[in-house]
Amino acid sequence: MNTESNAVPDSSLHARDMAPAVERATRPFYWSVRRELWENRAIYIAPLAGAGVFLFGFMISLGRLPGKMRALSAISEAQQYDVITMHYHVAAGLMMAIGLVVGVFYSLEALHGERRDRSILFWKSLPVSDVTTVLSKATIPLMVLPLLTVALTVALQFIMLLLSSAVLAGHGMSVATYWTQVSLLQMSLGLFYHLFTVHVLLHAPFYCWFLLVSAWARRAAFLWAFLPPIAIGFVEKIAFNTSYFAEMLLSQLSGGSEAVPMAGRMPIDPGMQFTPGHFLLSPGLWIGLAVAAAFLAGAVRLRHSREPI
Amino acid sequence: MACIEARGLRKAFGANVALDGVNLRVEEGRILGIIGPNGAGKTTALNAVLGLTPYQGELRVLGRDPWTERDRLMRDVCFISDVAVLPRWIRVSQLLEYAAGVHPRFDRAKAEGFLAKTTIHRSSKVRELSKGMVAQLHLAVVMAIDARLLVLDEPTLGLDILYRKQFYDSLLNDYYDRSRTIVVTTHQVEEIQNVLTDVMFMDRGRIVFGCSMEELESRYVEVTVNPEQLAAARGLKPFHERQALGRSVFLFDSVAREQLAGLGEARTPSIADLFVAVVGNNTGKSAANSAAAPKGAVR
Repeated sequence: MNTESNAVPDSSLHARDMAPAVERATRPFYWSVRRELWENRAIYIAPLAGAGVFLFGFMISLGRLPGKMRALSAISEAQQYDVITMHYHVAAGLMMAIGLVVGVFYSLEALHGERRDRSILFWKSLPVSDVTTVLSKATIPLMVLPLLTVALTVALQFIMLLLSSAVLAGHGMSVATYWTQVSLLQMSLGLFYHLFTVHVLLHAPFYCWFLLVSAWARRAAFLWAFLPPIAIGFVEKIAFNTSYFAEMLLSQLSGGSEAVPMAGRMPIDPGMQFTPGHFLLSPGLWIGLAVAAAFLAGAVRLRHSREPI
Repeated sequence: MACIEARGLRKAFGANVALDGVNLRVEEGRILGIIGPNGAGKTTALNAVLGLTPYQGELRVLGRDPWTERDRLMRDVCFISDVAVLPRWIRVSQLLEYAAGVHPRFDRAKAEGFLAKTTIHRSSKVRELSKGMVAQLHLAVVMAIDARLLVLDEPTLGLDILYRKQFYDSLLNDYYDRSRTIVVTTHQVEEIQNVLTDVMFMDRGRIVFGCSMEELESRYVEVTVNPEQLAAARGLKPFHERQALGRSVFLFDSVAREQLAGLGEARTPSIADLFVAVVGNNTGKSAANSAAAPKGAVR
């Protein structure tokens, strides 16, 4: 018997043969992640829709491209770069922003929704451990979304490059200047590095906190997730007139100037330096990951003991 | 090895005691019905058995501690804890695919076979199905799992009579094979009377009665007593007395049928009547204690 034989649109990713024995081999983690993608289609629909909308706007802007390219000779090389790559930066920024928003909402809902609709009673009737479940849910914002963001952004930028080239060629203009400024490989590598270091490693404690809250809260998970950190910041400000907590959160969110030197530039700029050694040595990274692990452990314990709402 | 073995099982929600020292032993191959009023602790007891809730006391299910080994235990145990816990967004085909992907003992072909007898489409989402169809779907998934213990907590709640009948019929015909154990709670007592091998009454967190169906049939006799023989009947110490259509109906425990035959119309009581006699009203309360004595498969 082959589980993939049925015509489910998105089931053809992996083919798997199963032994006819009574105890078949199972892959609970893989199927738990698949399950999340079935339930939360926004994970891929939202970025796809965002990319589509952006592409629509970009195609309209292509009408101005030939004129813009003609005017380029009058300005310096650095300005040329900014003019040409602006849309590519906006595209990457948009895809990352969508990934962040989807990740936050997904994490806050992940362990809350199944208790609210009581389906947790069904999931728990199957031999899937709480650890597997929680880890599969953490995989979505920490693995699936960043990889999807990279893949979609690269695809989007590639389409943008093709369309622009076609428009320029159609006007009998050379695409050489355009191509030298837009380096897809460089942009993709920069994006991947930024997503992996900042959106995955540095943001991990935030997503794990959201998962913990969603496993704990009976209602209003969103408020429980955001109000306590804000309250801590306020109390610190009032009591000690300092803002270390807020600064710490912000530096972890933005990637911190030490860890990922960007100096206000977009992470996909060619001028950006990768400093993985520096990054790996920053204490913020490791403290953050330890906190993330603690939050996840808490979420597993809560998944074990919490009952349907 | 007993399928379920509990000693001194206790569980309290704040000041509210849901399980008050439950001792229970269910042998393999039995079909046990747990009957009790709302809030008697049935669901709490089953949740403890399924590893869904922590408890005090000793509990082994198939030799395992359900609270710490739930995921391992669920290879051998399956349950329908309530109607309508199937996720509403899932498609029937996805449900089968997922179950096959995570459960080593799930036989997808078997589930497809059960579904073929229904009008459920593979491409439907659970939210598009009627309540009865959801119950059919859940049962099809559960019956396709080669488990040793099946726990059903009000599996037919809210279903119409046809679906309820069908539910227990397929359970008996297509699933039960004397090596599996089934534990079921329900309010529709009369519907499962012929299905059970054992019955147990719970009230206020305690097991107040338990015996096998054979024992129930041999020990308990219900007699619609002729008016002129009321005194004679009372002399045989019935443990419950009620009025039905203007006549007195007495329940006797361990009184020879020959002795009762002359008093009126004698028959085996239904579980519902016995339940009312043992648990139902406060007048039966003192008698309930004496009725709680039988030594059945379930104590």
